Amino acid sequence: MSSTDLRRWFNASREFTVPLLALIVLIAVWEVAVRLFAIPEYLLPAPSRIFDDTAAMGGVVANHTLATLRTILFGFLLSIVVSLPLAVLIASSRIFADAIYPLLVLTQSVPKVAIAPILVVVLGPNELPRTIVTFLVAFFPLVISMTAGLLAVPPELIELSRSCRATKLQELTRVRLPYSIPFVFSGLKAAIALSVVGAVVGEFVAAEKGLGYLITSATAFFKVPVAFGAMLILAILGIVLFQLIVVVERIFFPWAAAEEPRS
Amino acid sequence: MIDIDNAGQVFGPAHAGGVRALDGINLAIRDREIVTLVGPSGCGKSTLLRLVSGLIAPTEGSISIDGEKVTAPRQDTGIVFQAPTLLPWATILENVMFPSTIMGRADDAARRRAQDLLKVAGIADFANHRPRQLSGGMQQRAAICRALVHNPSILLMDEPFGALDALTREVMTIELMRIWTATPKTILFVTHSIPEAVILADRVVVMSPRPGRIAEIIDVNLPRPRTFALAGDPEFQRCAERIRALIFGEQGVRFDVQH
Repeated sequence: MSSTDLRRWFNASREFTVPLLALIVLIAVWEVAVRLFAIPEYLLPAPSRIFDDTAAMGGVVANHTLATLRTILFGFLLSIVVSLPLAVLIASSRIFADAIYPLLVLTQSVPKVAIAPILVVVLGPNELPRTIVTFLVAFFPLVISMTAGLLAVPPELIELSRSCRATKLQELTRVRLPYSIPFVFSGLKAAIALSVVGAVVGEFVAAEKGLGYLITSATAFFKVPVAFGAMLILAILGIVLFQLIVVVERIFFPWAAAEEPRS
Repeated sequence: MIDIDNAGQVFGPAHAGGVRALDGINLAIRDREIVTLVGPSGCGKSTLLRLVSGLIAPTEGSISIDGEKVTAPRQDTGIVFQAPTLLPWATILENVMFPSTIMGRADDAARRRAQDLLKVAGIADFANHRPRQLSGGMQQRAAICRALVHNPSILLMDEPFGALDALTREVMTIELMRIWTATPKTILFVTHSIPEAVILADRVVVMSPRPGRIAEIIDVNLPRPRTFALAGDPEFQRCAERIRALIFGEQGVRFDVQH
Protein backbone atom coordinates (compact mmCIF):
# COMPACT_ATOMS: atom_id res chain seq x y z
CA MET A 1 0.00 0.00 0.00
CA SER A 2 1.51 3.27 -1.11
CA SER A 3 1.37 6.40 0.99
CA THR A 4 -1.37 7.91 -1.21
CA ASP A 5 -3.48 4.76 -0.75
CA LEU A 6 -2.99 5.07 2.97
CA ARG A 7 -4.00 8.71 2.87
CA ARG A 8 -7.07 7.90 0.81
CA TRP A 9 -8.08 5.15 3.20
CA PHE A 10 -7.64 7.51 6.11
CA ASN A 11 -9.74 10.20 4.43
CA ALA A 12 -12.49 7.75 3.53
CA SER A 13 -12.80 6.41 7.04
CA ARG A 14 -12.04 9.66 8.79
CA GLU A 15 -15.55 10.29 10.09
CA PHE A 16 -15.21 6.95 11.86
CA THR A 17 -11.56 6.83 12.89
CA VAL A 18 -11.17 10.35 14.27
CA PRO A 19 -13.90 10.08 16.93
CA LEU A 20 -12.67 6.56 17.77
CA LEU A 21 -9.12 7.83 18.32
CA ALA A 22 -10.45 10.71 20.44
CA LEU A 23 -12.38 8.23 22.57
CA ILE A 24 -9.36 5.99 23.07
CA VAL A 25 -7.26 8.98 24.09
CA LEU A 26 -9.96 10.13 26.53
CA ILE A 27 -10.16 6.69 28.17
CA ALA A 28 -6.37 6.49 28.43
CA VAL A 29 -6.16 9.94 30.05
CA TRP A 30 -8.94 8.98 32.45
CA GLU A 31 -7.22 5.73 33.42
CA VAL A 32 -3.83 7.39 33.92
CA ALA A 33 -5.31 10.33 35.86
CA VAL A 34 -7.23 8.09 38.27
CA ARG A 35 -4.11 5.99 38.99
CA LEU A 36 -1.70 8.92 39.10
CA PHE A 37 -3.76 11.04 41.52
CA ALA A 38 -5.08 8.00 43.42
CA ILE A 39 -8.68 9.20 43.07
CA PRO A 40 -10.94 7.12 45.36
CA GLU A 41 -13.13 4.69 43.45
CA TYR A 42 -16.40 6.05 44.88
CA LEU A 43 -15.59 9.46 43.34
CA LEU A 44 -14.31 8.38 39.95
CA PRO A 45 -13.51 4.75 39.18
CA ALA A 46 -10.91 3.94 36.53
CA PRO A 47 -12.21 2.58 33.19
CA SER A 48 -10.48 -0.74 33.85
CA ARG A 49 -12.20 -1.03 37.23
CA ILE A 50 -15.59 -0.18 35.71
CA PHE A 51 -15.05 -2.88 33.10
CA ASP A 52 -13.87 -5.52 35.60
CA ASP A 53 -16.65 -4.94 38.13
CA THR A 54 -19.37 -4.79 35.50
CA ALA A 55 -18.06 -7.86 33.68
CA ALA A 56 -17.89 -9.75 36.99
CA MET A 57 -21.68 -9.58 37.23
CA GLY A 58 -22.19 -9.98 33.47
CA GLY A 59 -25.28 -12.20 33.59
CA VAL A 60 -27.10 -9.92 36.02
CA VAL A 61 -26.15 -6.79 34.04
CA ALA A 62 -27.35 -8.45 30.82
CA ASN A 63 -30.76 -9.13 32.40
CA HIS A 64 -31.03 -5.52 33.57
CA THR A 65 -30.05 -4.32 30.10
CA LEU A 66 -32.74 -6.47 28.47
CA ALA A 67 -35.35 -5.18 30.92
CA THR A 68 -34.47 -1.57 30.11
CA LEU A 69 -34.39 -2.30 26.37
CA ARG A 70 -37.89 -3.73 26.67
CA THR A 71 -39.18 -0.60 28.39
CA ILE A 72 -37.47 1.65 25.84
CA LEU A 73 -38.94 -0.24 22.89
CA PHE A 74 -42.46 -0.49 24.37
CA GLY A 75 -42.47 3.21 25.20
CA PHE A 76 -41.05 4.10 21.79
CA LEU A 77 -43.60 1.95 19.93
CA LEU A 78 -46.40 3.44 22.01
CA SER A 79 -45.17 6.93 21.06
CA ILE A 80 -45.30 6.01 17.37
CA VAL A 81 -48.73 4.41 17.63
CA VAL A 82 -50.16 7.45 19.42
CA SER A 83 -48.25 10.20 17.59
CA LEU A 84 -49.03 9.30 14.00
CA PRO A 85 -52.84 9.42 14.20
CA LEU A 86 -52.63 12.40 16.56
CA ALA A 87 -50.48 14.31 14.07
CA VAL A 88 -52.86 13.46 11.22
CA LEU A 89 -55.80 14.77 13.27
CA ILE A 90 -53.96 17.94 14.28
CA ALA A 91 -52.88 18.59 10.69
CA SER A 92 -56.32 18.01 9.21
CA SER A 93 -58.52 19.86 11.70
CA ARG A 94 -58.00 23.40 12.94
CA ILE A 95 -60.48 22.87 15.79
CA PHE A 96 -58.83 19.66 16.90
CA ALA A 97 -55.43 21.36 16.77
CA ASP A 98 -56.67 24.25 18.92
CA ALA A 99 -58.18 21.80 21.40
CA ILE A 100 -55.25 19.44 21.68
CA TYR A 101 -52.22 21.75 21.55
CA PRO A 102 -52.60 23.21 25.07
CA LEU A 103 -52.98 19.66 26.44
CA LEU A 104 -49.84 18.56 24.63
CA VAL A 105 -47.89 21.49 25.99
CA LEU A 106 -49.27 20.71 29.46
CA THR A 107 -47.96 17.13 29.29
CA GLN A 108 -44.58 18.58 28.40
CA SER A 109 -44.47 21.24 31.10
CA VAL A 110 -45.10 18.74 33.91
CA PRO A 111 -41.77 17.14 34.88
CA LYS A 112 -41.95 13.45 34.09
CA VAL A 113 -40.12 12.61 37.32
CA ALA A 114 -43.12 14.13 39.11
CA ILE A 115 -45.66 12.08 37.17
CA ALA A 116 -43.85 8.76 37.59
CA PRO A 117 -44.65 8.09 41.29
CA ILE A 118 -48.30 9.01 40.74
CA LEU A 119 -48.50 6.63 37.79
CA VAL A 120 -47.03 3.84 39.91
CA VAL A 121 -49.75 4.34 42.54
CA VAL A 122 -52.47 4.44 39.90
CA LEU A 123 -51.24 1.65 37.61
CA GLY A 124 -49.38 -0.57 40.07
CA PRO A 125 -45.68 -1.40 40.32
CA ASN A 126 -45.26 -3.12 36.99
CA GLU A 127 -44.07 -2.55 33.39
CA LEU A 128 -46.99 -0.26 32.53
CA PRO A 129 -46.11 2.95 34.45
CA ARG A 130 -42.51 2.74 33.13
CA THR A 131 -43.76 2.35 29.57
CA ILE A 132 -46.16 5.28 30.04
CA VAL A 133 -43.39 7.50 31.44
CA THR A 134 -41.16 6.56 28.50
CA PHE A 135 -44.00 7.36 26.14
CA LEU A 136 -44.69 10.72 27.83
CA VAL A 137 -41.07 11.74 27.49
CA ALA A 138 -40.68 10.53 23.91
CA PHE A 139 -43.89 11.23 22.00
CA PHE A 140 -43.91 15.03 21.99
CA PRO A 141 -41.15 15.74 19.45
CA LEU A 142 -42.61 13.01 17.25
CA VAL A 143 -46.07 14.62 17.19
CA ILE A 144 -44.59 18.05 16.60
CA SER A 145 -42.25 17.08 13.78
CA MET A 146 -44.80 14.88 12.07
CA THR A 147 -47.46 17.61 12.23
CA ALA A 148 -44.91 20.04 10.84
CA GLY A 149 -44.21 17.60 8.00
CA LEU A 150 -47.88 17.15 7.13
CA LEU A 151 -48.38 20.91 7.07
CA ALA A 152 -45.12 21.68 5.22
CA VAL A 153 -46.37 20.14 1.97
CA PRO A 154 -45.86 22.85 -0.68
CA PRO A 155 -49.17 24.30 -1.91
CA GLU A 156 -48.17 23.35 -5.48
CA LEU A 157 -48.21 19.64 -4.57
CA ILE A 158 -51.66 20.03 -3.00
CA GLU A 159 -52.81 21.88 -6.12
CA LEU A 160 -51.37 19.09 -8.27
CA SER A 161 -53.24 16.42 -6.32
CA ARG A 162 -56.45 18.47 -6.47
CA SER A 163 -56.04 18.96 -10.21
CA CYS A 164 -55.86 15.16 -10.53
CA ARG A 165 -59.17 15.02 -8.64
CA ALA A 166 -57.64 13.36 -5.59
CA THR A 167 -59.94 12.80 -2.61
CA LYS A 168 -58.94 14.12 0.84
CA LEU A 169 -57.89 10.59 1.78
CA GLN A 170 -55.76 10.22 -1.37
CA GLU A 171 -54.22 13.61 -0.69
CA LEU A 172 -53.25 12.33 2.77
CA THR A 173 -51.92 8.93 1.72
CA ARG A 174 -50.38 9.88 -1.63
CA VAL A 175 -48.97 13.32 -0.86
CA ARG A 176 -49.02 14.46 2.76
CA LEU A 177 -47.89 11.26 4.49
CA PRO A 178 -45.01 10.47 2.11
CA TYR A 179 -43.98 14.13 2.17
CA SER A 180 -43.74 14.03 5.96
CA ILE A 181 -41.46 10.97 6.09
CA PRO A 182 -38.21 12.98 6.42
CA PHE A 183 -39.85 14.94 9.25
CA VAL A 184 -41.06 11.72 10.87
CA PHE A 185 -37.53 10.36 10.88
CA SER A 186 -36.10 13.46 12.46
CA GLY A 187 -38.83 13.08 15.11
CA LEU A 188 -38.07 9.36 15.52
CA LYS A 189 -34.40 10.14 16.17
CA ALA A 190 -35.33 12.59 18.93
CA ALA A 191 -37.92 10.15 20.29
CA ILE A 192 -35.57 7.16 20.55
CA ALA A 193 -32.98 9.21 22.43
CA LEU A 194 -35.69 10.47 24.80
CA SER A 195 -37.09 6.94 25.22
CA VAL A 196 -33.81 5.95 26.88
CA VAL A 197 -34.17 8.89 29.27
CA GLY A 198 -37.83 8.05 29.95
CA ALA A 199 -37.15 4.39 30.66
CA VAL A 200 -34.45 5.25 33.19
CA VAL A 201 -36.66 7.86 34.90
CA GLY A 202 -39.36 5.20 35.19
CA GLU A 203 -36.90 2.70 36.66
CA PHE A 204 -35.56 5.23 39.17
CA VAL A 205 -39.04 5.58 40.63
CA ALA A 206 -40.29 2.03 40.72
CA ALA A 207 -38.55 -1.02 39.38
CA GLU A 208 -36.98 -4.23 40.54
CA LYS A 209 -34.91 -4.59 37.40
CA GLY A 210 -33.43 -2.45 34.66
CA LEU A 211 -30.29 -0.34 34.32
CA GLY A 212 -31.92 2.60 36.14
CA TYR A 213 -32.65 0.30 39.05
CA LEU A 214 -29.08 -1.07 38.86
CA ILE A 215 -27.68 2.46 39.14
CA THR A 216 -29.79 3.35 42.20
CA SER A 217 -29.11 0.04 43.94
CA ALA A 218 -25.39 0.03 43.10
CA THR A 219 -24.86 3.58 44.38
CA ALA A 220 -26.84 2.73 47.54
CA PHE A 221 -24.13 0.14 48.26
CA PHE A 222 -21.29 2.39 47.04
CA LYS A 223 -20.66 0.05 44.13
CA VAL A 224 -19.84 3.11 42.03
CA PRO A 225 -17.93 1.23 39.26
CA VAL A 226 -21.05 -0.86 38.54
CA ALA A 227 -23.19 2.30 38.42
CA PHE A 228 -20.71 3.78 35.95
CA GLY A 229 -20.87 0.55 33.94
CA ALA A 230 -24.67 0.72 33.80
CA MET A 231 -24.47 4.35 32.73
CA LEU A 232 -22.06 3.52 29.90
CA ILE A 233 -24.28 0.66 28.74
CA LEU A 234 -27.18 3.12 28.61
CA ALA A 235 -25.10 5.47 26.49
CA ILE A 236 -24.16 2.65 24.11
CA LEU A 237 -27.80 1.52 23.98
CA GLY A 238 -28.85 5.05 23.04
CA ILE A 239 -26.24 5.35 20.31
CA VAL A 240 -27.02 1.93 18.82
CA LEU A 241 -30.78 2.52 18.76
CA PHE A 242 -30.30 5.96 17.22
CA GLN A 243 -28.02 4.53 14.53
CA LEU A 244 -30.55 1.75 13.84
CA ILE A 245 -33.09 4.41 12.91
CA VAL A 246 -30.54 6.15 10.71
CA VAL A 247 -29.88 2.82 8.95
CA VAL A 248 -33.59 2.04 8.53
CA GLU A 249 -34.10 5.45 6.94
CA ARG A 250 -31.14 5.05 4.59
CA ILE A 251 -32.24 1.60 3.48
CA PHE A 252 -35.99 2.09 3.10
CA PHE A 253 -36.24 5.83 2.41
CA PRO A 254 -32.95 6.89 0.81
CA TRP A 255 -34.64 9.95 -0.74
CA ALA A 256 -35.82 11.02 2.73
CA ALA A 257 -32.32 10.95 4.19
CA ALA A 258 -31.36 13.49 1.54
CA GLU A 259 -34.42 15.69 2.15
CA GLU A 260 -34.45 15.67 5.93
CA PRO A 261 -34.91 19.09 7.53
CA ARG A 262 -31.87 20.26 9.45
CA SER A 263 -32.71 20.43 13.12
CA MET B 1 -64.33 24.23 -26.72
CA ILE B 2 -63.63 26.38 -23.68
CA ASP B 3 -66.12 29.15 -23.07
CA ILE B 4 -65.22 31.87 -20.60
CA ASP B 5 -68.33 33.93 -20.06
CA ASN B 6 -67.97 37.30 -18.33
CA ALA B 7 -65.75 35.73 -15.66
CA GLY B 8 -64.51 37.85 -12.76
CA GLN B 9 -62.57 37.02 -9.65
CA VAL B 10 -62.37 38.93 -6.39
CA PHE B 11 -60.09 37.59 -3.67
CA GLY B 12 -61.30 38.24 -0.14
CA PRO B 13 -64.64 39.79 0.79
CA ALA B 14 -65.51 42.68 -1.57
CA HIS B 15 -66.94 44.87 1.21
CA ALA B 16 -63.69 44.57 3.18
CA GLY B 17 -61.50 45.76 0.33
CA GLY B 18 -61.27 42.49 -1.59
CA VAL B 19 -58.70 42.43 -4.37
CA ARG B 20 -60.18 42.27 -7.83
CA ALA B 21 -57.95 39.99 -9.92
CA LEU B 22 -60.12 39.58 -13.01
CA ASP B 23 -62.93 41.62 -14.50
CA GLY B 24 -65.37 40.74 -17.26
CA ILE B 25 -63.30 38.17 -19.14
CA ASN B 26 -64.95 36.85 -22.30
CA LEU B 27 -63.02 34.34 -24.34
CA ALA B 28 -63.91 31.33 -26.44
CA ILE B 29 -61.15 28.86 -27.23
CA ARG B 30 -61.69 26.45 -30.07
CA ASP B 31 -60.71 22.78 -29.96
CA ARG B 32 -57.01 22.15 -30.76
CA GLU B 33 -56.27 25.86 -30.67
CA ILE B 34 -53.18 27.22 -28.91
CA VAL B 35 -53.96 30.38 -26.98
CA THR B 36 -51.29 32.19 -25.02
CA LEU B 37 -52.01 34.59 -22.20
CA VAL B 38 -49.46 37.35 -21.87
CA GLY B 39 -49.32 40.41 -19.66
CA PRO B 40 -47.42 42.08 -16.85
CA SER B 41 -47.37 40.44 -13.42
CA GLY B 42 -50.57 41.02 -11.52
CA CYS B 43 -52.80 40.96 -14.60
CA GLY B 44 -54.54 37.81 -13.39
CA LYS B 45 -53.36 35.49 -16.17
CA SER B 46 -52.51 32.67 -13.73
CA THR B 47 -55.83 33.22 -11.97
CA LEU B 48 -57.64 32.86 -15.30
CA LEU B 49 -55.81 29.59 -15.93
CA ARG B 50 -56.81 28.32 -12.48
CA LEU B 51 -60.44 29.21 -13.18
CA VAL B 52 -60.35 27.14 -16.38
CA SER B 53 -58.66 24.26 -14.51
CA GLY B 54 -61.43 24.24 -11.92
CA LEU B 55 -58.95 24.66 -9.06
CA ILE B 56 -60.76 27.86 -8.08
CA ALA B 57 -64.31 28.93 -8.87
CA PRO B 58 -65.01 32.35 -10.41
CA THR B 59 -66.80 34.82 -8.15
CA GLU B 60 -68.60 36.21 -11.20
CA GLY B 61 -69.61 34.76 -14.54
CA SER B 62 -68.86 31.18 -15.54
CA ILE B 63 -66.48 28.87 -17.37
CA SER B 64 -67.70 25.95 -19.38
CA ILE B 65 -65.95 23.24 -21.32
CA ASP B 66 -67.91 21.55 -24.12
CA GLY B 67 -71.06 23.10 -22.70
CA GLU B 68 -70.49 21.77 -19.18
CA LYS B 69 -69.97 24.28 -16.41
CA VAL B 70 -66.56 23.86 -14.71
CA THR B 71 -67.01 23.42 -10.96
CA ALA B 72 -64.02 21.22 -10.09
CA PRO B 73 -60.89 19.86 -11.83
CA ARG B 74 -61.89 17.70 -14.80
CA GLN B 75 -60.48 14.49 -16.22
CA ASP B 76 -60.09 16.01 -19.68
CA THR B 77 -57.67 18.72 -18.56
CA GLY B 78 -53.99 18.38 -17.76
CA ILE B 79 -52.05 21.09 -15.97
CA VAL B 80 -48.37 22.07 -15.92
CA PHE B 81 -47.17 24.46 -13.24
CA GLN B 82 -44.22 26.83 -13.25
CA ALA B 83 -42.27 24.50 -10.96
CA PRO B 84 -42.08 20.81 -11.95
CA THR B 85 -43.76 19.89 -8.60
CA LEU B 86 -42.64 16.28 -8.83
CA LEU B 87 -43.04 14.01 -5.82
CA PRO B 88 -39.49 13.62 -4.44
CA TRP B 89 -40.10 10.07 -3.19
CA ALA B 90 -41.45 8.72 -6.46
CA THR B 91 -39.51 7.72 -9.57
CA ILE B 92 -39.99 9.72 -12.76
CA LEU B 93 -42.24 6.98 -14.15
CA GLU B 94 -44.35 6.94 -10.97
CA ASN B 95 -44.56 10.71 -11.10
CA VAL B 96 -45.76 10.65 -14.68
CA MET B 97 -48.32 7.99 -13.73
CA PHE B 98 -49.55 10.05 -10.75
CA PRO B 99 -52.80 11.31 -12.36
CA SER B 100 -53.64 7.77 -13.54
CA THR B 101 -52.87 6.42 -10.07
CA ILE B 102 -55.14 8.97 -8.42
CA MET B 103 -57.90 8.29 -10.92
CA GLY B 104 -57.56 4.56 -10.24
CA ARG B 105 -56.43 3.73 -13.75
CA ALA B 106 -52.75 2.88 -13.24
CA ASP B 107 -52.96 -0.18 -15.48
CA ASP B 108 -50.56 -1.55 -18.08
CA ALA B 109 -52.01 0.72 -20.75
CA ALA B 110 -51.29 3.79 -18.60
CA ARG B 111 -47.78 2.50 -17.92
CA ARG B 112 -47.12 2.00 -21.60
CA ARG B 113 -48.47 5.44 -22.35
CA ALA B 114 -46.25 6.98 -19.66
CA GLN B 115 -43.22 5.19 -21.11
CA ASP B 116 -44.10 6.37 -24.62
CA LEU B 117 -44.42 9.95 -23.38
CA LEU B 118 -41.06 9.74 -21.63
CA LYS B 119 -39.60 8.49 -24.91
CA VAL B 120 -41.11 11.42 -26.82
CA ALA B 121 -39.77 13.82 -24.18
CA GLY B 122 -36.32 12.20 -24.47
CA ILE B 123 -36.07 11.15 -20.82
CA ALA B 124 -36.99 7.46 -21.13
CA ASP B 125 -33.57 6.51 -19.71
CA PHE B 126 -34.46 8.28 -16.48
CA ALA B 127 -37.79 6.51 -15.86
CA ASN B 128 -36.50 4.89 -12.68
CA HIS B 129 -34.54 7.89 -11.39
CA ARG B 130 -35.73 10.19 -8.62
CA PRO B 131 -36.53 13.81 -9.55
CA ARG B 132 -33.51 15.23 -7.74
CA GLN B 133 -31.21 13.27 -10.05
CA LEU B 134 -32.56 15.21 -13.06
CA SER B 135 -31.84 18.74 -14.28
CA GLY B 136 -34.54 21.42 -14.08
CA GLY B 137 -35.33 21.08 -17.79
CA MET B 138 -35.68 17.30 -17.57
CA GLN B 139 -37.89 17.63 -14.49
CA GLN B 140 -40.18 20.00 -16.36
CA ARG B 141 -40.32 17.56 -19.30
CA ALA B 142 -41.48 14.91 -16.82
CA ALA B 143 -44.11 17.34 -15.51
CA ILE B 144 -45.40 17.84 -19.06
CA CYS B 145 -45.52 14.05 -19.57
CA ARG B 146 -47.51 13.83 -16.35
CA ALA B 147 -50.03 16.38 -17.59
CA LEU B 148 -50.47 14.34 -20.80
CA VAL B 149 -50.58 10.83 -19.34
CA HIS B 150 -54.36 10.58 -19.02
CA ASN B 151 -54.65 11.90 -22.60
CA PRO B 152 -56.53 15.10 -21.78
CA SER B 153 -58.00 17.11 -24.63
CA ILE B 154 -57.03 20.37 -22.88
CA LEU B 155 -53.56 21.27 -21.65
CA LEU B 156 -53.25 24.19 -19.23
CA MET B 157 -49.73 25.55 -18.77
CA ASP B 158 -48.86 28.17 -16.17
CA GLU B 159 -45.51 29.68 -17.19
CA PRO B 160 -44.17 26.14 -17.60
CA PHE B 161 -40.77 27.26 -18.90
CA GLY B 162 -40.44 30.30 -16.66
CA ALA B 163 -37.90 28.73 -14.35
CA LEU B 164 -35.70 27.41 -17.16
CA ASP B 165 -32.66 29.06 -18.73
CA ALA B 166 -33.18 30.86 -22.03
CA LEU B 167 -31.69 28.09 -24.21
CA THR B 168 -33.59 25.22 -22.60
CA ARG B 169 -36.67 27.39 -22.83
CA GLU B 170 -36.47 27.66 -26.63
CA VAL B 171 -35.84 23.94 -26.99
CA MET B 172 -38.84 23.15 -24.80
CA THR B 173 -41.08 25.54 -26.73
CA ILE B 174 -40.21 23.83 -29.98
CA GLU B 175 -40.70 20.39 -28.41
CA LEU B 176 -44.10 21.38 -27.09
CA MET B 177 -45.15 22.31 -30.62
CA ARG B 178 -43.78 18.98 -31.87
CA ILE B 179 -45.90 17.12 -29.29
CA TRP B 180 -48.89 19.26 -30.23
CA THR B 181 -48.42 18.40 -33.92
CA ALA B 182 -48.33 14.67 -33.10
CA THR B 183 -51.36 14.80 -30.78
CA PRO B 184 -53.20 18.11 -31.23
CA LYS B 185 -54.82 19.46 -28.08
CA THR B 186 -56.36 22.69 -26.92
CA ILE B 187 -53.57 24.54 -25.13
CA LEU B 188 -53.95 27.54 -22.85
CA PHE B 189 -50.47 28.80 -22.10
CA VAL B 190 -49.56 31.55 -19.63
CA THR B 191 -46.25 33.31 -20.16
CA HIS B 192 -44.61 36.67 -19.81
CA SER B 193 -42.21 36.10 -22.62
CA ILE B 194 -43.48 37.91 -25.71
CA PRO B 195 -41.53 35.82 -28.30
CA GLU B 196 -42.75 32.63 -26.58
CA ALA B 197 -46.33 33.91 -26.66
CA VAL B 198 -46.13 34.69 -30.40
CA ILE B 199 -44.25 31.63 -31.60
CA LEU B 200 -46.66 29.21 -29.88
CA ALA B 201 -49.98 30.86 -30.43
CA ASP B 202 -52.83 30.78 -32.87
CA ARG B 203 -54.08 33.73 -30.83
CA VAL B 204 -52.32 35.81 -28.19
CA VAL B 205 -54.54 37.21 -25.44
CA VAL B 206 -52.89 40.35 -24.08
CA MET B 207 -54.04 41.28 -20.59
CA SER B 208 -53.81 44.52 -18.66
CA PRO B 209 -53.45 44.68 -14.90
CA ARG B 210 -55.50 45.95 -11.93
CA PRO B 211 -58.06 44.70 -12.50
CA GLY B 212 -57.09 41.96 -14.96
CA ARG B 213 -58.87 42.58 -18.25
CA ILE B 214 -58.36 41.44 -21.82
CA ALA B 215 -56.67 44.36 -23.61
CA GLU B 216 -56.65 42.79 -27.05
CA ILE B 217 -56.64 39.45 -28.81
CA ILE B 218 -54.06 39.14 -31.58
CA ASP B 219 -54.26 36.57 -34.38
CA VAL B 220 -50.88 35.13 -35.30
CA ASN B 221 -50.86 34.22 -38.99
CA LEU B 222 -47.65 32.25 -39.17
CA PRO B 223 -47.35 28.87 -40.88
CA ARG B 224 -46.73 25.72 -38.84
CA PRO B 225 -44.45 23.97 -38.03
CA ARG B 226 -42.71 26.99 -36.54
CA THR B 227 -39.22 27.59 -35.24
CA PHE B 228 -37.57 30.58 -33.63
CA ALA B 229 -36.13 31.38 -37.08
CA LEU B 230 -39.55 32.93 -37.70
CA ALA B 231 -38.62 35.70 -35.28
CA GLY B 232 -37.35 37.67 -38.29
CA ASP B 233 -40.68 37.28 -40.13
CA PRO B 234 -42.64 40.54 -40.56
CA GLU B 235 -45.81 38.90 -39.16
CA PHE B 236 -43.90 37.84 -36.02
CA GLN B 237 -42.50 41.37 -35.69
CA ARG B 238 -45.95 42.88 -36.14
CA CYS B 239 -47.46 40.70 -33.38
CA ALA B 240 -44.56 41.21 -30.98
CA GLU B 241 -44.58 45.00 -31.51
CA ARG B 242 -48.33 45.16 -31.00
CA ILE B 243 -48.05 43.19 -27.70
CA ARG B 244 -45.22 45.44 -26.57
CA ALA B 245 -47.27 48.51 -27.39
CA LEU B 246 -50.24 47.16 -25.44
CA ILE B 247 -48.13 46.33 -22.39
CA PHE B 248 -45.75 49.31 -22.32
CA GLY B 249 -47.94 51.89 -24.11
CA GLU B 250 -47.52 53.23 -27.67
CA GLN B 251 -44.73 55.60 -26.77
CA GLY B 252 -43.21 53.18 -24.26
CA VAL B 253 -39.73 51.75 -24.34
CA ARG B 254 -38.86 50.36 -27.77
CA PHE B 255 -36.60 47.39 -28.26
CA ASP B 256 -35.64 45.50 -31.37
CA VAL B 257 -36.93 41.97 -31.25
CA GLN B 258 -33.89 39.75 -31.48
CA HIS B 259 -34.51 36.08 -30.91
